Amino acid sequence: MKILVCITHVPDTTTKIKFNDSNTELDATGVQFVTGPYDDYALSRSMELKEQLNATVTVLNVGTAETEPTIRKALALGADDAIRINAEPTDTYFVAQQIAHVCKENNYDLILMGRESIDFNGGQVHGIVGEILGIPSLSPIMQLDIEDNVAKMVREIEGGKEHLEASLPLILGCQEPIAEWKIPNMRGIMSARSKPLNVVEPVDPEKLTQVEQYELPAPKGECQMIAPEEVEKLIDLLKNEAKVL
Amino acid sequence: MSVLIFVEISEGKAKPSSLEAVGYGAKVAEQLNVQANALVLGEIDQSELENLGGYGATKVLHVNDARLNKGIIQAFANSLGQAVEKENAQVVVLAKSSLGDAVAARVAGRLKAGLTSNVVELPDTSNGFRVKRSIYTGKAFANTDVTSEKKILAIKKNIFQVEPTEAKANVEAFEPNLAEADFGVNITNTEKAATDGVPLPEADLVVSGGRGLKGPENWGLVEELATILGAATGCSKPVSDLHWRPHHEHVGQTGVKVSPNLYVAIGISGAIQHLAGVNSSKCIVVINKDPEAPFFQAADYGIVGDAFEVVPKLIEAAKAKL
Ligand SMILES: Cc1cc2nc3c(=O)[nH]c(=O)nc-3n(C[C@H](O)[C@H](O)[C@H](O)COP(=O)(O)OP(=O)(O)OC[C@H]3O[C@@H](n4cnc5c(N)ncnc54)[C@H](O)[C@@H]3O)c2cc1C
Ligand SMILES: Nc1ncnc2c1ncn2[C@@H]1O[C@H](COP(=O)(O)O)[C@@H](O)[C@H]1O
Repeated sequence: MKILVCITHVPDTTTKIKFNDSNTELDATGVQFVTGPYDDYALSRSMELKEQLNATVTVLNVGTAETEPTIRKALALGADDAIRINAEPTDTYFVAQQIAHVCKENNYDLILMGRESIDFNGGQVHGIVGEILGIPSLSPIMQLDIEDNVAKMVREIEGGKEHLEASLPLILGCQEPIAEWKIPNMRGIMSARSKPLNVVEPVDPEKLTQVEQYELPAPKGECQMIAPEEVEKLIDLLKNEAKVL
Repeated sequence: MSVLIFVEISEGKAKPSSLEAVGYGAKVAEQLNVQANALVLGEIDQSELENLGGYGATKVLHVNDARLNKGIIQAFANSLGQAVEKENAQVVVLAKSSLGDAVAARVAGRLKAGLTSNVVELPDTSNGFRVKRSIYTGKAFANTDVTSEKKILAIKKNIFQVEPTEAKANVEAFEPNLAEADFGVNITNTEKAATDGVPLPEADLVVSGGRGLKGPENWGLVEELATILGAATGCSKPVSDLHWRPHHEHVGQTGVKVSPNLYVAIGISGAIQHLAGVNSSKCIVVINKDPEAPFFQAADYGIVGDAFEVVPKLIEAAKAKL
């Protein structure tokens, strides 16, 4: 059983986003980069499956050398080896092409991703890779169990859940509560240093989108305070001033 | 050339977010001087299909196939992909949802189409094709050029106003080629929360509660206020982690992203990860006993007070005035 986990390297969720003066690039000064929280769910579940099914886990990131600490952290959690495709992940289709190429060469039984990256929030890479490889892609998955090459899953839908069954190979976009986030231990951190991290060059340079300019939202106006003795005023304001009721 | 809008059905009706997508798609078609058509999958009343004309669809392709009454991602994606090819659509529009996102991604892979998600405005088609989309979970926007011949836009809810007319669309039967492999994933059971209210992602009004409400036994307050306003209910992450409320009500960075006209937050501190899920709401009301709660900085209206005193009064006022 071979599992591939695709991870992103993104600004921590508490980051106050800013751009450079020409609004063409993220201003990364002081920004702490972490594994995408959804990718962390995928990674954590892969570690549990590794135990249960005696699987091997490879982690994959499309990114520049700066992402290596994030990849090493995944190795410290217990992944067996890692691949970094050496390119800026600026276009979703491009990223998906790279991942699909690695998958074609390695025949993974299960490809786990996050439901979405928290920088561009596309929620697309799993679907595009699934289509290129011609295998099912399902997201967002909140529960996953595997027995005899069949996956039993729970997918979140608007206002509820869907229970699903499908044979491997599969590509899944994961979210909570598929597993508890795990923290590497000392032994993991030590052994991660000597695990293989293979750097490969991208295969197909084609991109379909290009960000021209970033923009921050307009600053929020003052909050209008209402005394707790006068809550009925709020209803009037929502009706007549904000016009939302 | 044309614009094709993918319309989702729920309980025998086109979803409100999909109607918004039809209106938006019709406007894009007008900009490009082409026709706007819609695609509907699964069994549904003829009148529902015709009514899409009122939102701007000239023609509705309908796949009358009972197997598509359930949202099977691959079969849906294959149907949409074939419809795009048949209609020679250059732009595909759909509303973001758990099904729409998954389908759009596969179609993008199939057609090699540039896909932009969380689109918040009409595209600028004056010189190329530029789209404004929300990124970093609502903390910023990216103005993005889509350079592929075919383009897919997944739009955020509540970004486009459409006033329906009496116009009727022409309905045309469509039979895509679907293989057994398209139905390889088996939906064994669907659990829907037993509410007659609006599902959270579709809601125009949301009342949400946090850990400040102390326990699930106090949710009657949130529910009663929501019922009077006609709102959906939401919650913060700890509340769903503690199983006070179901997971699908959890709003924020790692939960549902909402963009309603009104978001009422009761006993929620306003952590940055929670704000990420609500920051595109038109109007935010915060009720919190702590005047320093960060949520007030993101609010339009605020009440500093104990939820157990303020909310009952608010319910009375709403009953009297609405
Ligand atoms: C990677 C990551 C992702 C996350 N994703 C999310 C997410 O998607 N959604 C999310 O919500 N959180 C998320 N969080 C958690 C987030 O950081 C906060 O911990 C969480 O939002 C706090 O929830 P809360 O406001 O309900 O609880 P608390 O922070 O405990 O706040 C309770 C609030 O209630 C007020 N209060 C108490 N009693 C009363 C009363 N009687 N009347 C009125 N007010 C009262 C208090 O003043 C306080 O402001 C995430 C965290 C991380 C690290
Ligand atoms: N640069 C990348 N390298 C590796 N995996 C990625 C990359 N970008 C996205 N993914 C995977 O695809 C998922 C969905 O990403 P997105 O479509 O960008 O929202 C992420 O949660 C990751 O698992």
